Amino acid sequence: MSDAMLAVDSLSAWYGAARILYDLSFEVGRGEVVGLMGRNGAGKSTTLKAVMGLIAERQGTVRFNGGDISGLKPFEIARRGLGYTPEDRRIFSDLTVMENLDVGRQPERRFADGWPAPAWTPEKLFALFPNLAEMPDRLGDRMSGGEQQMLTVARTLMGNPLLVLLDEPSEGVAPLIVEQMANTIVALKKDGLSVLLCEQNIHFARLVSDRVYVLEKGQIHWQGSMAQLDANQDVQRAYLTV
Amino acid sequence: MTFTGFLFQALNGLSTASGLFFIAVGLSLIFGVTRIVNIAHGSLYMLGTYIAYTFATRIGGALGFWGGIVATAILVGVIGALIEVVLLRRIYRAPELFQLLATFALVLIINDATLWLWGPEDLLGPRAPGLRGAIEVLGRQLPSYDLFLIVIGPLVLLALHFTLAGTRFGRLVRAATQDREMVGALGVNQAMLFTAVFALGAGLAGFGGALQVAREPANLATDLTAISDAFVVVVVGGMGSISGAYLAAVIIAEVKAICIGIGVVDFGFGSVNFSKLTLVAEFLVMAVVLIARPYGLLGRAQAVVRSIAEPEEPLRPATPALKALGAVVLALLLCLPLLAQSSPYLLILGIDVLIAVIFAASLHFIMGPGGMHSFGHAAYFGLGAYGAALLVKGLAVPMGLALVAAPLVALAGALLFGWFAVRLSGVYLAMLTLAFAQIVWATVFQWEELTGGSNGVIGVWPPPPFDRTSVYFLLTLALAVIAVLLLRRLLFAPFGYAMRAGRDSALRAEAIGIDVKRVHWLGFAVAGAVCGVAGGLFAFAKGSISPETIHINRSIDGLVMVLLGGIQTLSGPIVGASVFATLQDTVMRQTEYWRALLGLIILLLVLAFPQGIAGALAALWRRVKP
Repeated sequence: MSDAMLAVDSLSAWYGAARILYDLSFEVGRGEVVGLMGRNGAGKSTTLKAVMGLIAERQGTVRFNGGDISGLKPFEIARRGLGYTPEDRRIFSDLTVMENLDVGRQPERRFADGWPAPAWTPEKLFALFPNLAEMPDRLGDRMSGGEQQMLTVARTLMGNPLLVLLDEPSEGVAPLIVEQMANTIVALKKDGLSVLLCEQNIHFARLVSDRVYVLEKGQIHWQGSMAQLDANQDVQRAYLTV
Repeated sequence: MTFTGFLFQALNGLSTASGLFFIAVGLSLIFGVTRIVNIAHGSLYMLGTYIAYTFATRIGGALGFWGGIVATAILVGVIGALIEVVLLRRIYRAPELFQLLATFALVLIINDATLWLWGPEDLLGPRAPGLRGAIEVLGRQLPSYDLFLIVIGPLVLLALHFTLAGTRFGRLVRAATQDREMVGALGVNQAMLFTAVFALGAGLAGFGGALQVAREPANLATDLTAISDAFVVVVVGGMGSISGAYLAAVIIAEVKAICIGIGVVDFGFGSVNFSKLTLVAEFLVMAVVLIARPYGLLGRAQAVVRSIAEPEEPLRPATPALKALGAVVLALLLCLPLLAQSSPYLLILGIDVLIAVIFAASLHFIMGPGGMHSFGHAAYFGLGAYGAALLVKGLAVPMGLALVAAPLVALAGALLFGWFAVRLSGVYLAMLTLAFAQIVWATVFQWEELTGGSNGVIGVWPPPPFDRTSVYFLLTLALAVIAVLLLRRLLFAPFGYAMRAGRDSALRAEAIGIDVKRVHWLGFAVAGAVCGVAGGLFAFAKGSISPETIHINRSIDGLVMVLLGGIQTLSGPIVGASVFATLQDTVMRQTEYWRALLGLIILLLVLAFPQGIAGALAALWRRVKP
C-alpha cells in the first residue's frame, strides 16, 4: 500500500454515454502540491469531481488518508477530510460571507497517524484573506469574482480538510488576487496540507506546484516534477500552449 | 356594503390567511430544498384535521384540544419524515414528473387510508376550550378563535424567519435551496437535511390542519382543495420565500373574503354575484401576478438544478416492427364490434380507452416533445365536451357539426391560455395551467344558467346510426387513429423539430432563428384542439357532461397515463392510456378503495419502471436485440 495522502488507481468517468476519463492513476503525497494540467476540456475538472464523488458514473479506486473512498457519497468524502473548491466557485449568493463560512464548518480532523490537521476559524481565515475581513455581512452575489474566489477557498478550509482539490483558482481574477492565491497555497503547504490543483496557466502552476500530471482527452500523457516540465518545451507545446 | 362591514370581512380574511400560510409555507420549504412539488401536502393538512379531531374528542378538554394540536403537528411531521425516507429518497434523481406522480399516488393512498380510519362522514370537532366566546369588533361579533388564528400566522412566520436566518439548520436549508450538491461537497449529509426539511414542512401542514378542527369539519375533499389553494399561494408569493407565502396567503384570503362580502351587485344590465366568483378571483390574481412577475411576488428565478436526471432519449421514427404491430392492433380493434356481440360492455370499455388515448396523446404532445408540463389539460377536454353538448342542446346542431366545433372551442381556449402559459416554464407553467383549468371548471360550475351548474348537461345522445355502440365505437376509433397519426406526423415535421429544439435549449433554438414562444404556443393550441375532440366524443358517449368529469382529477389522470406509458416514447401515451383506462373501468370498480389501489400501482410503476411501460419495453428490446 502506498503511503500517499491520495492515491488514485484507474479512474474512469462518464457523462451519460460519453466517456470523459480513461484509467487515470496518480498520487498526491502529504504536504505536496500537485498540478493537474492540460487545455480546456482535457478532463481536469472532471477528475476532481470524480475524486469527490460528484460524478455518479465512475470506476476505479480512490484511497485517501489510509481508507478507500471510491464508493462514498460526496458528503462522506468531505467528512474524511477532502476539501473541494469548484471552478465556478458556487458561492451561496443569498448568504453572507459569514454564513457561507458557517455552511462549510466541520469538526476538527486528524491525519491517519494521529497528527491534527490545521483547525480553521473565521478569524484565522480573515487573517489569510484580509479582503474578506472587511465584508463579513456582504451577500455572496454582491462580491467581485476575486472576492468570491477567496470565499470559496475559505469556505472549503472551514471544513478543516487534509487535502484540498482546487479547481483553477487563477481563472478570471485580477493579477493581485492571483498572487494572493499562490501565497495562500504555499501557506497551506507549510501547514502540512496537500493540494491537488487544476491549472491551465503554467506561470501560476510554477509558483506553487511540486509535481505535475499533464492531461489530454481524459488521459495522463506526461508526469514529472515542475522543474522537469519547465525544461521540457516539447510537452508544453504539445499539451499546454494554446 | 358599509365600510366597517368591509373591514370586518377583511379581518375574517386574515384568519383564513393563517391556514393558507401554514400549508403553503411547508410546500415552499420542501420545494426549495428537495425540488419536489409535494402534491400530497394537502393530504397531510387534511390528516392534521382528522388526527386533531380524534385527540380532541377521545381525550377531550383543554389537554385533548390544545395538547392534541401540538401532538398532531409532531405526528404529521413524523409521517412526513417516513414518506421522505421510504419513498422520496428513491426518486430524487428521477425526472420531475415522476416525482409529481409519486406524490400524487400518496394523495390517493392517504385519502383512502383516511376513509378507512375515520369513515366518509364529515367530522366537526369541539370548539376551542378557553376561546369559545366572541369579542366585539367594529360592532360585530368576531369569534375569539379567529382572533387567535389571526395572531398565530405571523407568529409562526417570525419563528420560521429566525430559524432560517439565525440557526445553522436554517443556513444549511438556505444554502441547499440554492445549490444542494455543493452543500453535500462541503460535508453536509443531504439525506438528513432533506428528511428534516420534509418533516418540518409536513409538521407545519399538520399544524395548520389541526388548527382548523374548531372551525371547519374534517372532510375527505380537503386534500385537493387545500393543495390547489397552496399552489396558488406559493406561486403568487414566490417558490421558496416564506414571507412571500404569508403575503400571498393574505392577498388570496382577502380577495376571497371581499368577494364574499360584496355579494350581489346590480350593474344595471344585469347582476353579478361576487360571492360565487371566489374561485375565479383567486386564480385571476395568480394569473396576473405570474404574468407581471413570473417568479412570484417575492420569488426569484430558479437556479438551474444541478445533477438532475439522465438526458432523455431522442424520439425515434417507428420501426417496421412497430408499424406492423400498430397495424395488427388496428385490425383487431376493427374486428372488436364482431367479437363483442356477446359482451357489449367490451365496446363501451373500448370507447373509454380510445377517448383516453386521444386525451393522453394530445397531452403527451406538449409534455414530452414540448417540455410543457400541463396540469390543466382537463380544461380543453371540458371546453370540447361542453362546446359540443351545449351546441346540441341549445342550438340543436347535428352531431357531426358539434364534433367539428368541439376542437374549435378547445382551440380558442388553448390559444388564449397558451399565450400566457408559454411565457413560463417548469413548475410555474404547471401551476398556471392548473389555474386556467380551475377557472374553466369554476365557470362551468357556477354559470348555472348556461351550463346547468353541478347537474351538467344531460341528454346529449348521438343520433342514429351512431346510437348503436358498435358504430359509435368505429367513429371513435377513426378519430383516434387520425388524431394519433396527425400528432405523430407533426412531430417529425420541421414544426416538431423546432418544438423539441425549443424544449432542449430555448436560447440555442432562438439563436438559429426559431421563435420558441410562438412554436410552443402553436403546439399548445394543437394539443388543446385535439384534446377537444376527446371531450366532444366523451359527451356523446356518456350522453352527458358534468363539472365533475372535467375536474382536476381528469388532468391528473392524463398525467398518469402519459407517465405510465413513458414520456419520451411516442407509443407511450397510447399504452399508458389503454392500461389506465382499462384499470379504471375494471379493477377499480371492484373495490371501495380504488384510489389506494391506483396509488399503489402508480408507486410500483414509478419505482420499478421509471421510463414508463413503453419506455421500459423499448429499453428491454434494445438490450435483447444484438
